[in-house]
Amino acid sequence: MGEKVLMKGNEAIGEAAIRSGCRHFFGYPITPQTELSAYMAKKMPKIGGVFLQAESELAAINMVYGAASAGVRTMTSSSSPGISLKAEGISYIAAADLPCVIVNIVRGGPGLGGIQPAQSDYFQATRGGGHGDYHLIVLAPNSVQELVYLTADAFNLSEEYRIPVMLLGDGTLGQMMEPVDFDSIPEPVYAEKPWATNGTDNKREKNVIKTLYLDAPELEAVVMEREKKYDIVKQELQRYDAHDTEDADVIISSYGITSRVVETAVQILREEGIKVGVIRPITLWPFPEKAYKQVHPKAFLSVEMSTGQMIEDIKLACECSAPVYFCGRTGGVIPTPDEVVQKVKDILKEVG
Amino acid sequence: MKRVVFNEERCKSCELCINACPKKILQISKDKMNNKGYRPAEITDNEKCIGCAFCATICPDAAIKIEEV
Amino acid sequence: MSKTIYEKPKSLTDTTFHYCPGCSHGIVHKLVCEVIDELCIQGKTIGVEPVGCAVTAHDYFDFDVVQAAHGRAPAVATGIKRSLPDRIVFTYQGDGDLASIGTAETVHSATRGENITVIFINNTIYGMTGGQMAPTSLPGQITQTSPYGRDPHIQGYPVRICEMLATLDGPSYIARVSTDSVPHIKEAKKAIKKAFENQINGKGFSIVEILSTCPTNWGMSPVEAMKRLQDEMIPYYPLGVFKDVGEGNE
Repeated sequence: MGEKVLMKGNEAIGEAAIRSGCRHFFGYPITPQTELSAYMAKKMPKIGGVFLQAESELAAINMVYGAASAGVRTMTSSSSPGISLKAEGISYIAAADLPCVIVNIVRGGPGLGGIQPAQSDYFQATRGGGHGDYHLIVLAPNSVQELVYLTADAFNLSEEYRIPVMLLGDGTLGQMMEPVDFDSIPEPVYAEKPWATNGTDNKREKNVIKTLYLDAPELEAVVMEREKKYDIVKQELQRYDAHDTEDADVIISSYGITSRVVETAVQILREEGIKVGVIRPITLWPFPEKAYKQVHPKAFLSVEMSTGQMIEDIKLACECSAPVYFCGRTGGVIPTPDEVVQKVKDILKEVG
Repeated sequence: MKRVVFNEERCKSCELCINACPKKILQISKDKMNNKGYRPAEITDNEKCIGCAFCATICPDAAIKIEEV
Repeated sequence: MSKTIYEKPKSLTDTTFHYCPGCSHGIVHKLVCEVIDELCIQGKTIGVEPVGCAVTAHDYFDFDVVQAAHGRAPAVATGIKRSLPDRIVFTYQGDGDLASIGTAETVHSATRGENITVIFINNTIYGMTGGQMAPTSLPGQITQTSPYGRDPHIQGYPVRICEMLATLDGPSYIARVSTDSVPHIKEAKKAIKKAFENQINGKGFSIVEILSTCPTNWGMSPVEAMKRLQDEMIPYYPLGVFKDVGEGNE
């Protein structure tokens, strides 16, 4: 275990990105993720990197589109409303098969919403957020250490599959400070980029990065080719944590910071002899379906900081083999362990 | 002597070259037609061409080449 | 042995243009490629194409091209240039792309003095989508979306991009030129060359606004369209250099 340093989530993302070879960051201020931009503003000039605050989140994602086309490791970050602004650009980046990392430190929504933590962007993240058939790889850390690990991993995954990767955090993760060790994060694995538009030097045929295909069968072929890639990712990249699921009557699922509330609730329940287990998705896309096919609880419970979005993926994954309940708060309110404990007890009254 | 070479497949009969030629020696062909269905421009009297390349300069389709032979 | 006086530039491919007969896009494509040939930068150049009639310019440019979302070319170009500072990066945009949806990207890449070159085709109309009113459509101009003629009281006034950007400190070179006549086309080429040279010399943001025709959507013949450009557009959009930090007054 390397030497630990106490760090704020947002800044830890910046440090992890730099250590992963990211030298081009395009940001825009929005609470609760602005410290990441500020961190990059301080660090990048010192290491020959580029930090640029764009005129809008929309411009920032298009700068990422350009930098990714040029073949460099590039990243942007924002929070909910800003991610909505980036949605068009994200669809273009996915359609051009460009690798990059997009951080969403989620806040209460919709609209201007609030600045407290939330998870109400789950649909936006896992269903792409923009127009057309595409997906982002979506990673959901639940600690500053995992935030740092997944940031580094995001760059490697993005280049390996040529799929943009979204790090789905939330206001708590971004703002909280925890000891973090950078030695345990994945080493950068750089992919070859013969497709990059970095100038032919008169030595190769020109490269064109585009997303317009006016010929329908041609567009279909391009989209279906990408679907094959998504199928491979679905097979190879279903990540989750799970424990106490064998004898569990109720299996609780949550991701990100909420999962730590759930761990406290699970302790309380287990101490009362109530058999609960946990499945914590780490990849939200691809959703870890296989985890739900190997268990046979009386009920599932999805705990989210939203009105219930991941609950749908749980129902799909378990194919309603058991009833799936929901417990959560939204608008920036964080659920408490007692609320989860009470909900489990209510469920057990129903399912017996 | 100047030679004006038309790449007839690129020509779209827009007549900008005819309009720009100071010697008024270009016209739209009455008999030829390219694969897009346009009647390409052509030179009527090559002797009078002064090689100013006005036609080639304004041609929006880069269809005209001027040579000194 | 024959000597070539004029021929298609090398960095222009052999693909015939899809543009309508008499469209200025073709003229400007030639000028850009002639300049790239003369400056010997074909291997170092990356173009950023817009959404509009020039959305398939990559078929005609024989160098790397990135297709940007509508209006976002200057941001995409910024991303490329910041990643590859030694490469020559230019955007090629129409008036809808640059002066309507992309105004913020235009203004901010300019005020950042981004070291890119912007080629701005102003033909006072949305061509690709079939002739709608553009931010540069003239008062009284009839289009698909100003069927009774553009009424400034309802649809506002056309925007003069060069004059607007000239108030900013960021840009190093701002010029408006035209494709309506051979002398003007030669002037346009000089301006385009200057804009690219500025980038090579690290002078910062250069933009060349090029008054252009759209015969099809203006409902005119190519020759009539050139006349309309001369008689109606040039008076509203005066030609000239609006900013030039140049060697002299560095």
